[in-house]
Amino acid sequence: MSVLTRDTVGRAGDRSAPGGAAPYRRRGWWTTRRRDQLAGLLFVAPQLAGSVLFVLIPLGLVVWYSLHEWNVLAGTFEFVGPGNYQALAEDPNLPSVLRVTALFSIGLVVFNLSLALLLAVLLNQRLRGTVVFRTLFFSPVVVSLVAWTIVWGFLLQDDGGVNGALGTIGVDGPNWLRGDWTALLSVIVVQVVKNVGLNMVLFLAALQGVPAELYEAARVEGASAWTRFRRITVPLISPTILLTSIITVVGSLQVFAQIAVLTQGGPGTSTTVLVYYLYQRAFQFHQFGYGATLSVLLFLIVLVLTVVQWRMRRRWVFHEQ
Amino acid sequence: MNSRLSVRARVALYGALCLLALPFVFPTWWMVTSSVKPVSDIFAFPPSLIPTEASLSAYRRVFELQPFAQQYFNSGYIAAVVTVGTLAVSSLAGYAFARIRFRGQQVLFVVVLVGLLIPSEVTIVPLFRMFNSWGLVDTHWPLILVPILGAPSVLATFIMRQFFITLPAELEEAARVDGLGRFATFWRIALPLARPALGAVAIFTFLHSWNLYLEPIVFLSTPEKFTLPQALTQFVDAYGGPMWDVQLSAASMTAIPILVIFVIAQRQFIEGLAHTGLKG
Repeated sequence: MSVLTRDTVGRAGDRSAPGGAAPYRRRGWWTTRRRDQLAGLLFVAPQLAGSVLFVLIPLGLVVWYSLHEWNVLAGTFEFVGPGNYQALAEDPNLPSVLRVTALFSIGLVVFNLSLALLLAVLLNQRLRGTVVFRTLFFSPVVVSLVAWTIVWGFLLQDDGGVNGALGTIGVDGPNWLRGDWTALLSVIVVQVVKNVGLNMVLFLAALQGVPAELYEAARVEGASAWTRFRRITVPLISPTILLTSIITVVGSLQVFAQIAVLTQGGPGTSTTVLVYYLYQRAFQFHQFGYGATLSVLLFLIVLVLTVVQWRMRRRWVFHEQ
Repeated sequence: MNSRLSVRARVALYGALCLLALPFVFPTWWMVTSSVKPVSDIFAFPPSLIPTEASLSAYRRVFELQPFAQQYFNSGYIAAVVTVGTLAVSSLAGYAFARIRFRGQQVLFVVVLVGLLIPSEVTIVPLFRMFNSWGLVDTHWPLILVPILGAPSVLATFIMRQFFITLPAELEEAARVDGLGRFATFWRIALPLARPALGAVAIFTFLHSWNLYLEPIVFLSTPEKFTLPQALTQFVDAYGGPMWDVQLSAASMTAIPILVIFVIAQRQFIEGLAHTGLKG
């Protein structure tokens, strides 16, 4: 016991006392603090080296490339300064790409979070068999993404299963992947059903942390179910709402495989989101310089959205004191 | 939420849950059952939920058209290596950021966290050029090294850090007084306690690698080196139209093993993910 106390004191002294209080039986220079310094750096070294090599340097290179006219096929790599950014501002496709990206992200985030919350609330009821349903709702998360998308591509064909099912209730469904807005809607729904289980599970864990007495008290006061949900549930799980919305917003800007498999950005450009456009310009048209410029744009959008959401947490996230 | 529900409410709830479950369950069910149907039956409506005559001929053609066994192995071993590597890198870094006090800690943590904000699409062009200059394009190295060390492992490090922060300090103090070094403390005391967090990290790392699509199609060009998601899109006829029965067979083979593991271990899966540092 006394050893423990001495150790704690030693650690505190370690930080403040000049010359190192040297509470341990260490010889001279090789103090605990120096050992910790070395251990800490060694422990984080692989991750840090990876971050520098595969994140920071590439990020810098992207900015550098964006100042170049770089065509792999033509073999050109020349400095053009802000040329690509001027081209970006004048790119006739860009307004459509940004509009589609915004519609896609907003649609996906709103649909994903509200469905996740709805499923979590339903599964949080006292009901036998909720574990089975939880497993079912979560199962698409573990199904291979491309496999999932291929199957939906089949079901969404004009004579596919979705329209067949609609036909039985007398609805003549559209050719989902060939219409402008139906194609965008399809990609959103396919993606939400695939991944909503993750957010559902996080919400469920948060809901189970809400103390039951609060609901009882509100019920005694005569609060309706909706009021209880709005005034108790939502504030208490708001940290989880914030976290899931940040993850989902950033994730929505990275949806690539689904679009590549389902629609290839079409029909026309109606599902060409920024990521897909970037892929087209860089790897199909071999315009790496312009692709890099689009990458910078994508990074700035992610950065701004994350910072804005993080700032908003003070406004509406409830903190227990 | 605590009172018992009336019969009517229960029936309504079950009804709603069953209806909502349809789009989650039907595609997988349909994928697996259709893969053993004759092609003509795949397009039949109403879709038969249970195939009348089963044949595995489409499965055989999967292996004739692509080096599918090799591709299966590629995906499996890459995901396994990435998972083990990520666990090592992220638990070490997460532990140091949470429990060791060293100079530069805050700054380095922020530097690492930048990776959370970088979609892999942003850095794919310079990474391609980097690996090209090292002669590693059309090898599996980019699919192994970048996830273990780059942006994808940052979330893992973050989760591990959040977990290690919650460990009581006394455990380690006692260990250190007994003369254990930092690494021994980490290895023998902290890591065994971190099993739930390690499990969650392992699950989502494996799934992330298993699902990777952009990176393989950018880096790989030889069919023998393809991974599964990339291979799945290759089953097309001479006109570029998909060969549905073969594609569905291949898709079923990529999905079923993971689904089986998930159903067996669903509690660990879901609760592991829910109760780690992700809780905000």
